[in-house]
Amino acid sequence: MSTAETPVKDSGPRDGKGSDERLVHRSPARRLMSRPELGAVVGAAAVFLFFSFAADTFLQASSLSTVLYASSTIGIMAVPVALLMIGGEFDLSAGVMVVSSALVSSMFSYQMTANVWVGVGVSLLVTLAIGVFNGFLLTRTKLPSFIITLGTFFMLTGLNLGFTKLISGTVSTKSIADMEGFDSARALFASHLNIGGVDIQVTILWWIGLVALATWVLLRTRVGNWIFAVGGGSDAARAVGVPVTKTKIGLYMGVALAAWISGQHLLFSYDAIQSGDGVGNEFLYIIAAAVGGCLMTGGYGSAIGAAVGAFIFGMASKGIVYAQWNPDWYKFFLGAMLLLATLLNAWVRKRAEATK
Amino acid sequence: MARVRTGVRAVTAVLAAVLAASLAGCSSTGGKRAEEARAAQTAGGKAAVNTPRWTFAMVTHSGDGDTFWDIVQNGARQAADKDNIKFVYGHDKEAQRQSQLVQSYIDQKVDGLIVTLAKPDAMKDVVARAEKAGIPVITVNSGAEASKAYGALTHVGQDETVAGEAVGEELNERGRKKALCVLHEQGNVGHEQRCDGARKTFKGEMQKLYVEGTNMPDVQSTIEAKLQSDRGIDSVVTLGAPFAPTAVKAKEQAGSDAEIDTFDLNAKVADGLKDGSLGFAVDQQPYLQGYQAVDLLWLYKYNADVLGGGKPVFTGPQVITKKDAAALQEYTKRGTR
Repeated sequence: MSTAETPVKDSGPRDGKGSDERLVHRSPARRLMSRPELGAVVGAAAVFLFFSFAADTFLQASSLSTVLYASSTIGIMAVPVALLMIGGEFDLSAGVMVVSSALVSSMFSYQMTANVWVGVGVSLLVTLAIGVFNGFLLTRTKLPSFIITLGTFFMLTGLNLGFTKLISGTVSTKSIADMEGFDSARALFASHLNIGGVDIQVTILWWIGLVALATWVLLRTRVGNWIFAVGGGSDAARAVGVPVTKTKIGLYMGVALAAWISGQHLLFSYDAIQSGDGVGNEFLYIIAAAVGGCLMTGGYGSAIGAAVGAFIFGMASKGIVYAQWNPDWYKFFLGAMLLLATLLNAWVRKRAEATK
Repeated sequence: MARVRTGVRAVTAVLAAVLAASLAGCSSTGGKRAEEARAAQTAGGKAAVNTPRWTFAMVTHSGDGDTFWDIVQNGARQAADKDNIKFVYGHDKEAQRQSQLVQSYIDQKVDGLIVTLAKPDAMKDVVARAEKAGIPVITVNSGAEASKAYGALTHVGQDETVAGEAVGEELNERGRKKALCVLHEQGNVGHEQRCDGARKTFKGEMQKLYVEGTNMPDVQSTIEAKLQSDRGIDSVVTLGAPFAPTAVKAKEQAGSDAEIDTFDLNAKVADGLKDGSLGFAVDQQPYLQGYQAVDLLWLYKYNADVLGGGKPVFTGPQVITKKDAAALQEYTKRGTR
């Protein structure tokens, strides 16, 4: 897409006034209007205002902390999934990978009677290896990522069940809460801090950290340019010297890293893991990224947008509970809410682009 | 390519290093060694009878990785060992694929069938076909109403409505006023029956809450949100054992005093009952459902015995509280309660 034209423009004359559109000074307001997450922020504000009026308890500090927790468990994964989508690919194995990661930590520690930190380390390697597997297969075979990661999704689902049953004898892992290193690992992955009387789950900090890191990578580093370039058009990107293979494998490893963080949270929060969990969550991550302004076709989007998308999802899913609506209609409300937020998002973006 | 290979080599090296470190970094508490030390093994493996080696198949509506059905299977396998039975198991949560599985066992001419009737209409035909092929059928867990009409010998299970009623009565006894029924599968008939049964006998107010059962953080934050929005809730009833400890966490986060109670049992629920973080559990004894089904099929083949006299054989509900928990802890750990 746009990247294909960039080199041509680069060689153009720079002496004439305003000959290069990128050098034209734009007001901060204008620049804000062109950010991909703008629409999502407006959508989030709308959902927030809606539930502030619809539910009495929504604005309590404790309620907001619950909403943030719900958002963060999706948001941690939505960040790398957004980067991957900007890079033009999907990962359908992301939801199950979280559970795989938790299972590996838990079962390795238990079976080896090892300090749980050893299991956590092994799990990091195994999870990253899954990411490399996805990326490597994708770049080697040139098959659509939909097919590759669908395969991984099924294989991981089967491995999770098969291995857990084979090793533990049951379909959930044994509790590792009484093992050495558990408390310190729980402090890192699943503790909650009390800030001014409000409970803040540590996943929220992980989430903010990941968003900051991803935003920096996207906007301030060469790797960020590569991600946009491969998403815009990988052949064109390769033609101008972008290491496409490395970038894509790196993006899948990013998803794996976040899956590891989420998996460890799952493990240390609930200390025994159900091997059948996680199926379907991959869609939540993709939804969060898409609601947050990442294009399904790649080349456009932001990490902050994905975070706002996760926040919209967290607010909508918990706001419905705070508003005490009839639970039979819960899924319908959730879907309608997301659709409205996304439509508002698209409308705002169109308006913003028109005024550019 | 060369770079990738170096990467692979590096990963292998790090993996080897971690494995080596793991041998040094042992945990002196918990883990498998502790489990082996407990050495609470069940006797098993030897047949107690010399009847022919019949093959019995069990097909359930269980999803992947369901702890409850694991216990049912454990019961069935131990009865099969004792009765010199070859036991095969299949499951699918989609009714259509479940009936296809049953059909495939009919095609294999097994000597007995154990099926669940979670969605009775979808199973009607295939159960009739088993009967026509001369294969005795026993239904377990769900489908007590349809079992006899479809031609099954006996039904072994718990009536979900009755189990729900037991919960309502127990809540009354504990002086509860406002309860929450947490459903972890939207559209599951048995779950609705449990909540409705509880609502029927409970004198206070009972609300339903749907949560995404395959997503634990969602279960936690949804219960948390509900408890924050309604401070009057003084008890939470989860419909599956794995969700009870999560509800306890949600209650702590929400700063609520609600009592957490649950259907079904597992090791963590037994621990929770013992330490007081859970009020009571209603057990339908899944081990018994598997064990009895196999044993009753054997009795029918060996001696033409039928239990129940045309009525379902109930395996529950059994209300378990703090005083029973200690005795059950050991059995939950080995996966038979």
